[in-house]
Amino acid sequence: MLKLSDVVTFYGSLRALQGVTLEVRQGEIVCLLGGNASGKSTTMKTILGMVRPSAGRVEFEGERIDHLPTETVVRRGISLVPEARRIFGRMTVWENLLMGTLVRRGAPASELSQDVERVYALFPRLRERAQQLGGTLSGGEQQMLAIGRALMARPRLLLMDEPSMGLAPALVDQVFDIIQTINRQGTTILVVEQNAAVALSIASRGYVLQNGRIVVHDTAETLLRADHIRRAYLGEN
Amino acid sequence: MDLLQILPQQLVFGLALGTVYGLIALGYTMVYGILFMINFAHGDVFMIGSYLGWGVLVAIINAQIGGLHPLWVLPLMLLVAMVGAGLLGAGLERFAYRPLYLRGATRLGPLISAVGASLFLQNAVMLTQGARMKVYMTNLLFPGTWRIQVGSVNVSVLVLVMMGVALLMMWGLHLLVQRTTLGRSIRAVAEDREMAAIMGVNVRRVIATTFFLGSALGGAGGVLVGLYYTQIDFFMGYSAGLKAFTAAVLGGIGNIRGAMLGGLVLGIVESLAVTFVNPAFKDVIAFLILILTLVFRPTGLLGESLPDWEKV
Repeated sequence: MLKLSDVVTFYGSLRALQGVTLEVRQGEIVCLLGGNASGKSTTMKTILGMVRPSAGRVEFEGERIDHLPTETVVRRGISLVPEARRIFGRMTVWENLLMGTLVRRGAPASELSQDVERVYALFPRLRERAQQLGGTLSGGEQQMLAIGRALMARPRLLLMDEPSMGLAPALVDQVFDIIQTINRQGTTILVVEQNAAVALSIASRGYVLQNGRIVVHDTAETLLRADHIRRAYLGEN
Repeated sequence: MDLLQILPQQLVFGLALGTVYGLIALGYTMVYGILFMINFAHGDVFMIGSYLGWGVLVAIINAQIGGLHPLWVLPLMLLVAMVGAGLLGAGLERFAYRPLYLRGATRLGPLISAVGASLFLQNAVMLTQGARMKVYMTNLLFPGTWRIQVGSVNVSVLVLVMMGVALLMMWGLHLLVQRTTLGRSIRAVAEDREMAAIMGVNVRRVIATTFFLGSALGGAGGVLVGLYYTQIDFFMGYSAGLKAFTAAVLGGIGNIRGAMLGGLVLGIVESLAVTFVNPAFKDVIAFLILILTLVFRPTGLLGESLPDWEKV
């Protein structure tokens, strides 16, 4: 579904990605692991067309998307739950959800309200807070809203950048449960995480990025068991 | 004259002038909200709107169509002025500012370009239309005898129409920004441009549309000011622009409701100053307000403090 082949991306003169190759197949949850500055966020930005790769190609559903502007890429069916949520703090919860539907111009209102109901079913808290400004929500609620907003686009591929960051451990488990639920409902997911154990527990495959290169690629089960890999690349003890 | 008689009268003038200041201020504040840039050419876009409205009025009078009634003439003047000013504003964005901010120029770049655009527009109008004043034949549209007595206040219909048109447009803009998809897109770009693009917003188009809307309101303001003062010239955008800019800063630049409020406050304070202090100090008062706002409350009446990275 999503395929990166030998992608090289520069930030100024810094070579942030040095030939990244990875693939996400329909229906999978794939996780991309790596420490700080390993190139995880740059990979996300490259997929979304926020930075241009200087070499290599990004394909989505068989078509090249690495030359397209961001707003066109997302219209093809890719949504992002960004790092640090980045919900629109001066809009209500409801308006934030509506922002998610922007890529579906012309969708009938009944379909949209159905999707709002689906999001509220996943996150009942959002229904209670529908008319509240996004900026007044707690961190956990903002994460729910960020996920809900991305789902409103009915993405075929959902990118999630550090969904566990800054959340209390109990909330982390809840969020990953929901990621699994979303996946079972038919959305393919690529999740970027530092919290390897949790991410691998729901993923089918994992890639480990280091210094802009994929250094390890295996099934999630194998990665979970391979203590030496986690110690060597992910800074875990 | 009795003070109690003058005061309500002056307040009505202040309100009318204030709503028009607010209308023009919206152009500054909308552009600032989305690009963090002061569009110093906005006063000149307003001036060109005023000339366009004048052109329509003159053309209609010359055509001797007869039945010169404000009910159809005024909307036509406003329409032409708004479309013309709007296109001009969007054109400025496209050719004078976008090439700069796309290349990652500092915020000073577009600002200087705006000053240049302002000088260009003033001189273009001076060269093509002459440096002498043009006269708005307001009397043909709103005869001096059209006055209404409300309690102790005697106001001309023109002043009420001015206020009504300005308020109507502000209301329309408010609905557009709060209730429509375009409005949400504008707010999204103002809040987090990158995230807006990730939601599928065509950021460049939204920026251009914002320029169009703000400039169109400025153009409408030009027609109203022209009708009110009856004399316009190529330099009128300078002082009116500064006044509206003051209104925008007073209300909290970047904040749409702030611009409306700032315009009203400025209009009322000005007309009170005319009554109680000295008419000659009218402009002094306006700029005193600007300076006091910047010193004591730089975020304005309704403004929020910006996060550090958004400050100059």
